[in-house]
Amino acid sequence: MLELAMKITAGMVLVAMALNVWRLLLGPSIPDRILALDTLYINSIALIILLGIYNLSALYYEGALLIAMLGFVSTAALCKYLLRGDIIE
Amino acid sequence: MIRRIFPMPVHSLLLWLVWLLLNDFSAGHIVLGGLLAWGIALVASPFTSAQTKVVRPLLIPVYFAVLLWDILISNLDVARRVMGPNRSLRPGFVALPLDITGDFPQTALASTISLTPGTVSVDLSSDRRWLYIHVLHLDDEAELIASIKQGYERRLREIFAC
Amino acid sequence: MTEWIEILVSVLLIIGGTFIVIGSFGLAKLPDFYTRLHAPTKATTLGIGSVLMASMVVHTINDGSVSIHEVVISLFLFITAPISAHMLSKAALHRRVEHLQSSLSSHNRDKAARQLPGDAELDADAD
Repeated sequence: MLELAMKITAGMVLVAMALNVWRLLLGPSIPDRILALDTLYINSIALIILLGIYNLSALYYEGALLIAMLGFVSTAALCKYLLRGDIIE
Repeated sequence: MIRRIFPMPVHSLLLWLVWLLLNDFSAGHIVLGGLLAWGIALVASPFTSAQTKVVRPLLIPVYFAVLLWDILISNLDVARRVMGPNRSLRPGFVALPLDITGDFPQTALASTISLTPGTVSVDLSSDRRWLYIHVLHLDDEAELIASIKQGYERRLREIFAC
Repeated sequence: MTEWIEILVSVLLIIGGTFIVIGSFGLAKLPDFYTRLHAPTKATTLGIGSVLMASMVVHTINDGSVSIHEVVISLFLFITAPISAHMLSKAALHRRVEHLQSSLSSHNRDKAARQLPGDAELDADAD
C-alpha cells in the first residue's frame, strides 16, 4: 500500500513539475518565470524526500536542505537583479 | 560584562538548536555546536542593528497556534478558488493602514499575511504606515482589514508592546 | 512497519501530493501574475510540509530513534516562502507587470508601485 501511495505521489509531483516547466517556458513576464522556477525547486525537494522514503535512507535529506537554501538565495538574487539591475550593491 | 561574552544569547541558542537538529544530540555535537553558536554570535554581533524587544514571550506559542490553524484553513480556501473557474475570481489590491511599528514586527505581520487566506503582502509605503496587499478574492475590503487588524496585528502588538 | 503506520504515511503522502499539484495547477492556470503568486506560496508549502511529515514518520520507525531533521526544512520553507513572494511581487510592481483588468481597487497598485501612503492623492498625469 505504501508502495502504491509513493508511486501515486511521485506521479503527482511529476505532473506538478511539468506544469511548472510549462509556465517557465510560456512566461509571459520575467517575474512569472522566476515564480515558476521557485515552485520547481520546491517540488524537486518533494521528489528527493520521496526518494529518501523509497530507499529508506536519511542521506537524501542533506540534498533536499541544500536545494531549499540555494533555491531561496537564487530567487532572492534574481528578484534583486530585476529590482536594481545589480545583485550586490 | 555578560553582554560582552554572550552578545546575542537568543541567536546563540537558536544556532545551537539548529546545529543539533541538523546533526544529532551526541556529546561531541553538543560541545562543537555550543562553540560555534558562541563564536559566530561573537563575530556577528557588531553587524546587527537594534531590534524591537519581545515583551511577552508567552504569547508567541499562542500566535503560532492561531497561525498554523489559519494556514490550514487558507490552503483549503485557496485550493477551492484555484480549482474554480477564473471568471468567478475577484482579485484586488488593498491598502492596510499599519499601527504596528519597528522592522521586525512589521516583517512578522507581512509574512503572516502572505501565509494566510488568499492574501499576499506586496509592498510597504515609503513612510512605513501602509502595507499593500493583493487579495485573491475580495469580498469586503473593510471586513478584511478589520480581521487582519483584530487577528494578527493586535496579537503582535501585545507580544512586542509597540 | 505496522499497517497503521503505513496507512498514516500513505495518507500524508497523498495529501501532500494533492496540495503540490493544486499549487502548480494554479500557477499554470490563474489569469495574471498577482493571482498566480497565491497558489505556489501557500499550497506548495503545505504540500511539502505534509510530505516531510511522512518522511519523518518513516525514518523514525526505521531508525528506532526520533528523526526531527525534516522539521528544519519545513520551518525554513515556511519562513522563506513569504519573503520570496514579497520580493517577486516587488519586482513585478517595479517592472509594471500587467494585472487583470477586472482587479478591484487597482489604484492601490499604482500607489504601491511608487510606495506612496495609502491616503495620498494619485495624480493621473504622473509618468
